[in-house]
Amino acid sequence: MVDTVSNAQATPEVNQPWQKLGLKQDEYQRIKDILGRRPTSAELAMYSVMWSEHCSYKSSKVHLRKFGEKTPDNDVLLIGIGENAGVVDIGDNWAVTFKVESHNHPSFIEPYQGAATGVGGIVRDILAMGARPLAVMDSLRFGDPKAPDTARVLNGVVAGIGGYGNSLGLPNIGGETVFHSSYAGNPLVNALCVGAMRHDQILTSGAEEVGDLVLLYGAATGGDGIGGVSVLASEVFDESAQAARPSVQVGDPFMEKLLIEATLEMARAGLIEAIQDLGGAGLSCATSEMASNGSGGMRVQLDRVPLRDESLTPEEILMSESQERMCAIIAPENLDAVLAICDKWDLSATVIGEVTQTDKLEIYWHDELIVDVPPRTVAHEGPVYERPMKRPANQDNLIVNTTTTLPKPTDGVGIKADLVKLLSHANLADKSWITEQYDKYVRGDTVLSAPDDAGMVRIDRKTGKGVAISLDGNGRYCQLDPYLGAQLNLAEAYRNVAMSGAKPIAVTNCLNFGSPEDPEIMWQFAEAVSGLADGALEFGTPVTGGNVSFYNQTGDVAILPTPVIGVLGVLDDVGKRITRAYSSPGSKVYLLGETKPELDGSIWAEVIHNHLGGVPPKLNIDAEKVLARCMRNFAAYGIAEAAHDLADGGLLVALAEMVYDSGIGMRVELPAELMTAEMLFSESTARALVVVPGYGDTGFHKLCTDLNQPVTLIGEIDDESDGLDVAGLFQLGSQGLSAAFQTKLLAN
Amino acid sequence: MTTRVGIITFPGTLDDRDAATAVALGGAEAVPVWHKDTNLNDVDAVILPGGFSYGDYLRAGALASVSPIMKAVIDKANEGMPVLGICNGFQMLCETGLLPGALTRNKELHFICRPELITITNTKTAWTNFFQPGAELVIPIKNGEGCYQIAPESLPELEDKGLIVARYNNNPNGSVNDIAAISNEAGNVVGIMPHPEHAVDGLVGAGVDGLGFFWSIAGVTV
Repeated sequence: MVDTVSNAQATPEVNQPWQKLGLKQDEYQRIKDILGRRPTSAELAMYSVMWSEHCSYKSSKVHLRKFGEKTPDNDVLLIGIGENAGVVDIGDNWAVTFKVESHNHPSFIEPYQGAATGVGGIVRDILAMGARPLAVMDSLRFGDPKAPDTARVLNGVVAGIGGYGNSLGLPNIGGETVFHSSYAGNPLVNALCVGAMRHDQILTSGAEEVGDLVLLYGAATGGDGIGGVSVLASEVFDESAQAARPSVQVGDPFMEKLLIEATLEMARAGLIEAIQDLGGAGLSCATSEMASNGSGGMRVQLDRVPLRDESLTPEEILMSESQERMCAIIAPENLDAVLAICDKWDLSATVIGEVTQTDKLEIYWHDELIVDVPPRTVAHEGPVYERPMKRPANQDNLIVNTTTTLPKPTDGVGIKADLVKLLSHANLADKSWITEQYDKYVRGDTVLSAPDDAGMVRIDRKTGKGVAISLDGNGRYCQLDPYLGAQLNLAEAYRNVAMSGAKPIAVTNCLNFGSPEDPEIMWQFAEAVSGLADGALEFGTPVTGGNVSFYNQTGDVAILPTPVIGVLGVLDDVGKRITRAYSSPGSKVYLLGETKPELDGSIWAEVIHNHLGGVPPKLNIDAEKVLARCMRNFAAYGIAEAAHDLADGGLLVALAEMVYDSGIGMRVELPAELMTAEMLFSESTARALVVVPGYGDTGFHKLCTDLNQPVTLIGEIDDESDGLDVAGLFQLGSQGLSAAFQTKLLAN
Repeated sequence: MTTRVGIITFPGTLDDRDAATAVALGGAEAVPVWHKDTNLNDVDAVILPGGFSYGDYLRAGALASVSPIMKAVIDKANEGMPVLGICNGFQMLCETGLLPGALTRNKELHFICRPELITITNTKTAWTNFFQPGAELVIPIKNGEGCYQIAPESLPELEDKGLIVARYNNNPNGSVNDIAAISNEAGNVVGIMPHPEHAVDGLVGAGVDGLGFFWSIAGVTV
């Protein structure tokens, strides 16, 4: 029997499974207080998914406010945090939207579908802003490559990202793949999508006009992903993880491709008043958020929802996370035109309700009222927790355990051996065996892609305007100092974008942490958010949105705190972009920035000594800004043929990567003060290698002088040299480089 | 008069925009054609672009091969109209029987996207007449089912009649006899697994070696 509102009023004492649905006692009580009665089972389903950590941000909300409070003065932010994705102005009437989302837990349980639907979800978020999705990127983290389960997870995730993105016709323009034992039971799959539209094409999700119709279109609703949000994203994994498999959604990229084309055709014809994708929490989320973001009233006839499985109950329909569905608000006079477009693309489309004058979300099941709630209480006024925080007890021990006493090689042979070990390590080795499984050419606008420091797509074919994006995380730095670590991640993403010649203008993020119920994890989270908010303010780049993923832990062991930061930059003419590879013998190689002996938290310490301790490298935001400004000028004047930032592994690793990518030798002569392991593997920030052809040399020096950019001549491109030749230290020939970079990583 | 090249969009077609760009760069005019259309009107040639038409459900290219527009394509091809099937389009041509053989899973069993070196071995087709025999080109591949197979008894005919249009220099997917592209006997229908439309602009593709295919069909002389 269906549990109607009148039934709920008549039977106040019924036992309800609020605990099983992930609600706490006081949360259940609060629902009763809001409604003045017990919730119906459909209402309980809605509240439970919408008040889950994943949907309500109940543990993170109080901290995320800092992003809003510390938004720098800027002239780029068109839509900030709160909508499906943030939108920035890139000039010439173009608006760009970009966002990252996690699909960590599903990707561990069912790697292929977990990763595939992660891509699908973020693409629909971008589409829901009215934008044409243009490209995807991903930031991936797995356990030790030799661990028995890593191949299962990695191969599935990579195949899922490729299988979905390739079939959708979106180029994959880069990202990162990192291995660390802490991610063994909790891989991180963070997917980014970027899209573009004209300013007047931006769409939002508020259902405003009384009498407008609620249209559900795309795939039929099935039993997949029911309760995925609350079950998967909000509880710590234990042995029962296998039983959760049916909660992972299954993706159909072909349907999503039709959804994109049909939605854009409707949107460009001005037929959509408001729109929202169906992702986590499915119809519960879409209906309550659209009503809450708008005038507040909506009536839905749930029995009209097309089903794949006729046996689904109303509660299951409300919670289903079936993929490839969109919900649009349509003016009645436009309905015929909208249905014609859906028909053209062979998409099913059904009017399931209308916007009403009340301030209630009313859902009917065969004429019986089963949901009668104020939508704001479901979508936006969920519980907010100020979780206790505590600086971890071992934080001080971690900090005093520096790299000072670690043995370091003192001659060329030893330094070369360490370098080869680094290049062979999974985190630095060639990842083309992954990126070659992704289509990077489709749409014909990919200007830069992996292994370039940033991905870049052209937006306007007439003017050549385009955007560059980089996604970066570094759990090691964040473990040592989450505040500074988050800022260093931001600095690296900013620097990577700058390397392409683009101007960094906006920030997004995906914050991956352990359980918020652990005060030490909560402290890490709060520190990282503060660091990122303060950093974004100082860089002058607003945070446009983001995503939080908690409960990334197995038992008591959490992942390294891993905020993944995305930075977006603009280049007015992508023809002027700077690549990572060089091509001209005789060009000079310069090191920009200052090197200090900073090995704490470095990949050198991890790989050579399995050591993590001390204080991460110093941050110098002014120096980062100067470096980025230099790069913009080099691009504008066309005087740098290649550039590469220094990050993981420092100077020698960056040199080796450039030589390997380019396939032409390089002779290097370093000043004496750089000739120690501390300096050669140091991860000091605000540094880059820039390759300057002869005709650009004078201009290059003038720009560096004018902008106060420290610069050191360290070498020359030399097609007579084999590989990387560092005078007085070692030579690493092209065969040796290839052998190191192409080391087989996975155990099977 | 400018050559008009119809670019067919099926549901799930992805490289139609790129094919149109390449056709224009080659000097011809790209004309969009919808899969539900039943005639080709006045186009002079047709490209079946890459992608995952109908989600590649059943088999890659199988559903597209029986869609409304394909009847017109088959009729015109039999009358001699130039038809180029790229990647998923090649799979469709095999499914319709306009070309022999079939495309199967890559030997490594996963999708591969990277520039590959191919050698043009037949310059008499409508789509390769701007090349010199033996020309080596860098053209990207991006497919999961690009491994060309044909019945052993039919392979000698393909070889003897010179119907192999291009071969891989370093076979990436296990295709028999390194086959990257083939044509019918008349030379008007060509199927190619690599993507020449993604090798027409060095800024956003793998060099410009693919332009010759589009020059060939534009056939512009001034």
